[in-house]
Amino acid sequence: MVMEYNPGIQLLRPLVDFDNQGYWDGIKQHKLIFQKCKYCGLLIHRPRPMCPRCNSMDMEWVPSMGKGTVYSWVNFVYANAAYPGIKVPYLVVVVEMLDGVRIVSNMYDVPPDEIYVGMPVEVVFDDIADDLTLPKFKRREV
Amino acid sequence: MNNIKNRAAIVGISMTKFSKDSERTELYLTCQCIKAALDDAGLTPDDVDGLVKQTDDASDEHAVTSSMGMGNLTYFGESRWGAAPSAMAMRAAMGVATGVANYIVVYRSVNGASKRRMTPSMRTSGQMSTSDLLQWTFHAPFGHMSDAGRVAMIVRRYMHEFGINNDQFGWVPTVCREHGARNANSMFYQKPIVFEDYLKSKMIVEPLRRMDFYEEADAAAALVVTTPERAKDLKQRPVYVLGAAQHMALETEELTSYYRPSISGLPEMGKVGEKIFTMAGVAPKDIKCVQLDDSYGPFVPMQLEELGFCNQGEGVDFCNRGDRIRLGGELPLNTSGGSLGEGHIHGMNHVIEAVRQIRGTSTAQVKDAELVLVASGAGGPASGLILGGKS
Amino acid sequence: MSMVYDTEHPVPIPPIIWDNMGYWEGINRHELVFQRCKECGTWRHPPRPVCPKCRSFEKEWAPSTGKGAVYSWVTYQESPHPGFKAPYSVALVEMEEGVRLVSNMVDIKPEEISIGMPVEVVFEDIAEGLTLPKFRKVG
Repeated sequence: MVMEYNPGIQLLRPLVDFDNQGYWDGIKQHKLIFQKCKYCGLLIHRPRPMCPRCNSMDMEWVPSMGKGTVYSWVNFVYANAAYPGIKVPYLVVVVEMLDGVRIVSNMYDVPPDEIYVGMPVEVVFDDIADDLTLPKFKRREV
Repeated sequence: MNNIKNRAAIVGISMTKFSKDSERTELYLTCQCIKAALDDAGLTPDDVDGLVKQTDDASDEHAVTSSMGMGNLTYFGESRWGAAPSAMAMRAAMGVATGVANYIVVYRSVNGASKRRMTPSMRTSGQMSTSDLLQWTFHAPFGHMSDAGRVAMIVRRYMHEFGINNDQFGWVPTVCREHGARNANSMFYQKPIVFEDYLKSKMIVEPLRRMDFYEEADAAAALVVTTPERAKDLKQRPVYVLGAAQHMALETEELTSYYRPSISGLPEMGKVGEKIFTMAGVAPKDIKCVQLDDSYGPFVPMQLEELGFCNQGEGVDFCNRGDRIRLGGELPLNTSGGSLGEGHIHGMNHVIEAVRQIRGTSTAQVKDAELVLVASGAGGPASGLILGGKS
Repeated sequence: MSMVYDTEHPVPIPPIIWDNMGYWEGINRHELVFQRCKECGTWRHPPRPVCPKCRSFEKEWAPSTGKGAVYSWVTYQESPHPGFKAPYSVALVEMEEGVRLVSNMVDIKPEEISIGMPVEVVFEDIAEGLTLPKFRKVG
């Protein structure tokens, strides 16, 4: 089952700014890219103006391997406690990428009764609207 | 009496340039500034265990610590309103004086001109607080909706009670621009004005002209505060906090203290002055230069009165022709230009300029500037500092 | 001249909350009322939950004489909101009861306003759901 949206309810758009623009440009082009410090090589997510390890402000964007495992997950079952634009039930996951960073997302087509911590996953891109593309995750064969 | 004298020193300062578009996020400017202030102090982010921000600043502590790699914060303080700059320094001084933290960074960044921000920097949520409610319920429906208008109502009353003509307010912006014109970091570098330029300035809300109040800017600033003992081991000459205070009185509102018996003074500033002079053990005549809140120029003569540099009603005369308040005069004012002549970073540049004066690195250096007074928050809750070169 | 509104841009409606409801109910009835402490009789405005003098929570909404004098005023040459057409004046009026309120003057040019000018309240129904107290010169 693929995540479903309720028609007529505007989904929140990500707030794009100078520090994270590169990330969202990548998503729009169906590429998962992460911020990397040019000086010390630290891979960083969420995007920020400065490297927390060496304090350099010189950043670049590097492609992710796109693969990871489910680090944790929740299942929104009660509509009143969920986002009105999304049909319950839906899964929200924290994925630990093989690259080393973590990212919050949804499972694209895995039903709640099949999810488990440690499930191998890989990124897919969902063009939800003309101005909204989001990275999501599907089961990965290992 | 509670006393913060000689319990804290400012050991690092930094400020970005002022522009109409920083082309960066406020968080970016904050990080850049904090790093530069730490470099100025000879410290690293690993040393920082305290942060003090303006309550409404968009750069929350989470984003600052995650970006700068600070993993050990034991003190996070805040202050707000126009009084923030001196009060934030006071919060930091309290933090190191009590031992809750060792090295505290105070920061402020605002994309005030470009408005490049996600959250409204002046209000952290979409909800209205009680001070907003006052403005929206009892003032805004009548078109009384700009800060300049709010201040103008008080200025009119001040003019009425002391027989002042609003032309006379022009000397403060003139001198601030003279000072700012010498300062390469200023929005008005090499662009002084003369009094006649002020008279030609457009009337915005009578009796206030455009040059009576600040222009929005994109900028950021930061300070590093520690104890005098630790300051001895660092790079810069320590600048000691000799007096620090904040005050709020009955019926204090944000630029709209209209509802108390007299509205033609700044009683909060008067109380701040009493406290900081007593704490520091000095008198107005000992102060070598002042950095007063010039977001609204007409509040400057009122601050001179409240702080005891002249009698009530004489502030405008004190500033007349600028001779007493410009470099070389008896009480140089806003020597880097202030909000009117350097740029608007919500008063942080006034604290930073006071530090520069004591270090001897100002672009309009006052000879032997050993004692400098900073005033913040004219027209609302107020705060102030007396900083000195000797503990 | 009086305040001119640009109806294409509705002006802000005052938020009504429990503490100030009685005031706005009065305005809608074309009555100017202020909070008065039931314990010590002190008038207060803007409305607050407690009397700042005696700290009582007991209050009543008492009718004002509607008369006062201009305490201060400003004239907006540039409008901060498209709903209000500049130039317009905003006055701070001191009422006979001793309280002050912000309002607009009606039927008067900005240059004719002076501090101390005696004024009295009038009510203007500006839009659906919005009545405001305003002031005109007495005599």
